[in-house]
Amino acid sequence: MKYYKPATFEEAVALAAGADGVTRILAGGTDVLVQLRSDIVTPDTLIDIKAIPGTHDITRTGAGGWRLGVAVTGAEMSEHAELVRDWPGVVEAMDLIGSTQVQGRATPVGNLCNASPAADSVPAMIAAGAVATVTGPDGSREVAVEEIPVSPGKTSLAKGEMITALTLPPRGENGGDAYLRFIPRTEMDIAVVGCGVNLRVKGDVITEAHMVLGAVAPTAVVVHAAADALVGRTLDDDALQALADLAEASCNPIDDKRGTIKFRTHTAGVLARRAAQIAYTRAKGDQA
Amino acid sequence: MALDSSKTTGFKYVGTRPDRPDGLDKVTGRAKFGADAYAPGMLHAAIKRSPHAHARIVKIDTSKAEAMEGVKAVVTRADFATGIEGEFGNILENVMAGEKALYDGHAVAAVAATSALIARDAVKAIEVEYEILPHVTDVDAAMQAGAPVIREGAADSSVPEGLHPNIVRYYESGHGDVEAGFAEADLVIEDHFLTEATHQGYIEPHACLGTLGTDGKGELWCCTQGHWYVQKVCAALLDVETSQLRVTASEIGGGFGGKTTVFIEPVALALSRKANRPVKLVMTRAEVFKASGPTSSTSMDVRIGMKKDGTITAAQGTFRLQGGAFPGAPCEMTAMCAFAPYDLKHVHQVGYDVMTNRPKQAAYRAPGSPMAAFAVESVIDELCNKLGLDPIDTRLKNASREGTRASFGPKWPRIGLVETLEAAKAHPHYSAPLKPGQGRGISCGFWFNHGGETAVSLALSEDGSAQVAVGTPDIGGSRASMALMAAEVLGIPYEDIRVTIADTATLGYNEISHGSRVTYASGLATIKAAEDAVQKLCARAAAKWGIPEDAVYWEDGYAKPSGPNAGEFEPLHIGDITATMGATGGPICGHFEATPEGAGVSFATHIVDAEVDPETGKTSVVRYTVVQDAGKAVHPTYVEGQFQGGAAQGIGWALNEEYIYGEDGRLQNAGFLDYRIPVASDLPMIDTVIVEVPNPGHPFGVRGVGETSICPPLAAIANAVSAAAGVRMRQLPMRPSRILEALESAVDG
Repeated sequence: MKYYKPATFEEAVALAAGADGVTRILAGGTDVLVQLRSDIVTPDTLIDIKAIPGTHDITRTGAGGWRLGVAVTGAEMSEHAELVRDWPGVVEAMDLIGSTQVQGRATPVGNLCNASPAADSVPAMIAAGAVATVTGPDGSREVAVEEIPVSPGKTSLAKGEMITALTLPPRGENGGDAYLRFIPRTEMDIAVVGCGVNLRVKGDVITEAHMVLGAVAPTAVVVHAAADALVGRTLDDDALQALADLAEASCNPIDDKRGTIKFRTHTAGVLARRAAQIAYTRAKGDQA
Repeated sequence: MALDSSKTTGFKYVGTRPDRPDGLDKVTGRAKFGADAYAPGMLHAAIKRSPHAHARIVKIDTSKAEAMEGVKAVVTRADFATGIEGEFGNILENVMAGEKALYDGHAVAAVAATSALIARDAVKAIEVEYEILPHVTDVDAAMQAGAPVIREGAADSSVPEGLHPNIVRYYESGHGDVEAGFAEADLVIEDHFLTEATHQGYIEPHACLGTLGTDGKGELWCCTQGHWYVQKVCAALLDVETSQLRVTASEIGGGFGGKTTVFIEPVALALSRKANRPVKLVMTRAEVFKASGPTSSTSMDVRIGMKKDGTITAAQGTFRLQGGAFPGAPCEMTAMCAFAPYDLKHVHQVGYDVMTNRPKQAAYRAPGSPMAAFAVESVIDELCNKLGLDPIDTRLKNASREGTRASFGPKWPRIGLVETLEAAKAHPHYSAPLKPGQGRGISCGFWFNHGGETAVSLALSEDGSAQVAVGTPDIGGSRASMALMAAEVLGIPYEDIRVTIADTATLGYNEISHGSRVTYASGLATIKAAEDAVQKLCARAAAKWGIPEDAVYWEDGYAKPSGPNAGEFEPLHIGDITATMGATGGPICGHFEATPEGAGVSFATHIVDAEVDPETGKTSVVRYTVVQDAGKAVHPTYVEGQFQGGAAQGIGWALNEEYIYGEDGRLQNAGFLDYRIPVASDLPMIDTVIVEVPNPGHPFGVRGVGETSICPPLAAIANAVSAAAGVRMRQLPMRPSRILEALESAVDG
């Protein structure tokens, strides 16, 4: 196993493009190192990208959104007051992962590239409209976060490609997002179901709606019909029920040690309702 | 006449709450646990384990591993003693598989190498050819005709003819005529209950450092609840003389019964003997789950009859315990504890010990009792609900008291069940209002407690301080309680006493720290050893004063003449006597060796409030109160810690912990991510009430407290959850999906 700690992304990309066998990119390492220790993955090449300048920065984009460096951790996001004000759902989703110690290392980029169906930050980022900057031997491209994972453990990144930044769009006026997950305990667990909701309102009426489910299919499920169900309405009981029904209908889960098909499907509806209520309250500018 | 310091009141040190002597070491990381030992030239070991639930081992090829650079020894079953039968034979079979791999994770070979990484790679290079056999992991399935036979001829003579060979032990007891009793009842309820295997979940994986020479002399450092037992087992499995193997117990990061047996120590010693180097062996967490002892899973049927006034007329229970691929599931304990809290005219209980293709069960805090209480106390709760009776009053009405004939035979001596029930009833928790969606549950629980072989030695230093050597690893603050008891007898400050867990070469045989025996038995022996030393101190004073020994008594650290007839002498402080002891007869030591048999049983009553989210089935335990008889709380803070720890582990067992097996018989959740023990935020503050009904079998009235605290929680939580959800939960764990299913079938039904 070879370990590299490049100083630039050009160098990192060249290393990844030229490496044989199994390559893993190391940011926080909270997935890679665990998999390595449990013999799930034995990489031939480890490329540690934490030392590349700018990878720890959270910066305002020209448009008013947020650019997250690839080594930005959950703890750094939670402590960034302006980011929390704009995208509380995304930050909460990231903050749900692991312990305080893990929060000091774990990154949303790593969570995305690990491509677990149960990744907490991913549904929230997709609901928010986050975009990944993917850099490879042929240059950089912008890819919607939802297009990165393709199946459990697999991403759409080609050999030599890596994510070099994440961008959250400008929050804009009267918007609010939320993420909830179900676990049998209170923390330190993996989502049995996750649900991210991002809304915009005018008065009490919803003008924009995004809902994304986690852990109910091989990749996060974007419930496109959520917009049809909610836009132009207030979040009344009928709207909530319609949203819950949509969530249940969008599930394609498996039975495993963490939950049954039936339980996951049912709970997706419950979380859809609860997350929408929080996002709605936030969008209206109330305390949630 | 021997000095007797027995008392139940008027203590100066006992009952106070000083800092524990090992506290600073533990919070600063200075304490040495199992994996903290190193030796010059030390090798690292790793174990090759079966990936199959049940398979014949056709061939093990270790040649590729042996050829690897850095590999110094490889062992298989051929490197251990032969012809061992009985308990040790089963341990050997578990430590290293013989003809068959009996469960997923069963050890089949081991490697020692110059680094842990090389050892790991070498294990992968060992090639094992298996012939896969049909397997069974469920207790009820394992008892059925046609179930795969785990091992022929494993049953003992207690098993009636015609039962499946997987049933290896049968127990039956009771008195009266249960059918006649049921005929007198106004309501009889019979239900079926299931519990899943749970792991003790100690934070420290098993670890050891062993050296064994070709001369048969060895040293072993290990994390254990009982190093004399480890010594005895390892000596037998390696065919060396017991006394030639010195075993030292490390600090212990939790055991809860799971470290009362032997898993890896003989492997490290066998590798050491072969490599002629010290060998360190540390289990991974996955190995701990797969190959060290979880508790039994159970299938139980309980039938209880009750009159409208709450009188229990008869009780009957059948308890089937799955104990893994070896005999030993505590079916007697389960059956004996089941109805122990109650005064029953007609009672009958049956237990089955059943083998499956799972790891060998190990003791887990009051082994067998919590599951029995779950079944029995659930049925009593249902009866109370249906008959409109108060659950505490009903239990008080039927409670076992001094003189009651126990459900399993003997007459109870002085016991404290009634006192715990009365204290629970008087506690503000019991009358506090519940919020919507919440339910309250009550349960009693019982554990025997144990004495066991014990040896303690106490040596006085020139400055009048004392060193106490005990042989029971400190698994719950026992060094503090030993020092308090010694201080009480010697009349010197707690801080002037150092308590050490001695190695096997230093004291006579000490049984394992199990059966809640340490504060009772090592405590009793410490008191007696201190009395022995006091008597010698008095003799030195008597010699100095030129008066008879029995004219001197001991008070608050001073030898004093016993009255005007003895003469007028200035009291002699302990330090005055020890300062000159070299010239007045030599070192002053006290010791005591015995097998004390007066361990007082302990009862508890728990009150639990639970809240269930009806949309997701998720349970929160919102309030918890433990009331338990401690006899005498020597160090009340650590007694409360035991109460809280039992409740916390019970919450995990009741709600989310379980061994999950796939169709292939492999364990699917061998890690703390998917084996869900409670995290701190899952627990409420657990309130405690110490009841003190002195145990006549201990000089200060001590009863063991470590185990009884885990007996009531499963039932108390199930009763609270059932009340909150409005549906009876009869299967553990009560995970969210199971609660939702129960709610759904209640609606459908």
